[in-house]
Amino acid sequence: MPNRLFLDIVQPWIDWTWLSHHVGYVLAAVQEHVTLTLVALGGGLVIAVPLGILAHRRPRLRVLTLSAFGAFYTIPSIALFALLIPYTGLTGTTAEIPLIGYNVLILVRNILVGLDAVPPDVLDAADGMGYRALPRLVRIELPLALPAIFAGLRVATVSTIGIVTITAVIGLGGLGQLILRGLIETFYSPLVVATVLCIVIALLADVLLAGIQRLAVPWARPS
Amino acid sequence: MSLFQATLQWLTDPAHWQGIDGIPTRLGEHVHLSIESVAIGALIALPVGIVLGHYGRFGNLAINISNLGRAVPSFGILVIAFEVFGLGDLPIVIALTALAVPPMVTNSYVAMREVDPDIKDAARGMGYRELAQVLRVELPLAVPLIMAGVRTSAVQVVATATLAALVAGGGLGRYIVDGLARSDNPRTLAGALLVAALALSTELVLAGLQRVLVPRGIQLLKAPVIQRATTFKTA
Repeated sequence: MPNRLFLDIVQPWIDWTWLSHHVGYVLAAVQEHVTLTLVALGGGLVIAVPLGILAHRRPRLRVLTLSAFGAFYTIPSIALFALLIPYTGLTGTTAEIPLIGYNVLILVRNILVGLDAVPPDVLDAADGMGYRALPRLVRIELPLALPAIFAGLRVATVSTIGIVTITAVIGLGGLGQLILRGLIETFYSPLVVATVLCIVIALLADVLLAGIQRLAVPWARPS
Repeated sequence: MSLFQATLQWLTDPAHWQGIDGIPTRLGEHVHLSIESVAIGALIALPVGIVLGHYGRFGNLAINISNLGRAVPSFGILVIAFEVFGLGDLPIVIALTALAVPPMVTNSYVAMREVDPDIKDAARGMGYRELAQVLRVELPLAVPLIMAGVRTSAVQVVATATLAALVAGGGLGRYIVDGLARSDNPRTLAGALLVAALALSTELVLAGLQRVLVPRGIQLLKAPVIQRATTFKTA
C-alpha cells in the first residue's frame, strides 16, 4: 500500500478471534454509546418541546431561537468540546452540551413545522367546542403535530449516534473509543467493528422509532 | 492572565501567522480540502440527483441515501480511509466526498420532483425537446433547493474537515488536536474559535451566493428554501 510509514502486516478487516475474546469490551462501548445518545435526546426533548410551543406563539422568540440554535448547529462538535473543556473538563457534561444543542435545533424546527401545519378549521372547531388553550394544545395541536415531531426525532437520533463517536477526543465516545484505538494501534478490527455497529445501531433506532410512530400516530403512516 | 487573554494573545502573536503551522497555511489547507471534496461530491451527486428527479425513478434510494449518510460515523469513515490509503490528502478527500454526496443527491432529486407538472406540460406543448426542457425550464426552477443542498454539504464538509487533524491531516483542526495533546489551552481555544468562525462564514457566504445565483422571480415564487433542505450533520 502506498504512503505507509510502517511495514504493513497483512491483517483482516475483522479478526474474529479478537472479537470473540472482546465481546464484553465491545458491549460496554455500545452501552456507553447508547447512554450518551439517550441523554442527548432526552435533554433535547426537555428543552425543545416547551421552547417550540412558546416559539410557535411568539414570532420574535421563533426568529431568535432558530437563528441562535442555527448558528450553534453550524459549529463543529469538536470545536464546541474544545471551547467547553476549560470550564467543564473531560466530562459527560462537555460531551452532552453540544449534542443537546444540536438536537434542540432539529426538534424545535420540526415542532414548529408540525404546529404550523394544524389546519385553522380544526382550531376553529376546537374553539367552538369550548376547548381552552391548554387542553386544545395537548389534545388537538400536539397530536396533529406528532408526525412532524417524530420525523425530527428520527433525524436527531440517527445524527446523534454518529456524532457521539467524536466524543472519543475527550475520553468518552462509546464506539468512538474503539475507532480511536484502531487508529492509534493501526488495528483494523475495533475500527471496523465500531463503524459497522454505529451504522447498524442508527438504522435500528430509526426503524424502532418508525414503529413507535406507527403505534402512536395510527392516522398518519410514516413515509 | 486569564484564559481568554491568553487565547487572544495566542491569536494575535505574529509567530502564529506564518510558517507551515501558521494560521494562513492551516486555513488554506482547510479551505482547499473542503472545496476539493465539495466539488468532486457535486460532480457525482448533482447529475445523479437531477437525472433521477427528472425521470422520477429510484426515489426511495435518492431520499434514503441521506438517512444512510447520517448513520455513517464521519470519524470512522475518516480513519478507515486513512488506514486504506495512508498519509496525505487523498484519504481525507475521499472520506469528505463520501459525506458530501448524500444531501446533494436528495436535495437535487426533490428539487426536480417539485417542479410543477403543469409547467413541464406547458414546456412540452411549446415544443421544447427533453434536454432543452431540463436545462431551460426545470433546472432554473430547481436551483434554489439544489443550492440549499450544496450549502448543507459544504458546511458539513468544512465541519468534518476539522477531524482530518486526527488522522495526521492539516487544516485548522490541527490546533485543537495538538492543543489537547499538549494541554495547551490557548492553542486549543484559538483553534476552536477559528474553526467556529470558518464554519459560520461558510454558511453566510453560501447564503449570500444563493441569493445572487437564484433569479429574483424564482426567489419570490418559492418559500424560504433552506428550511426545506435535508437536515444533515456529520461532525
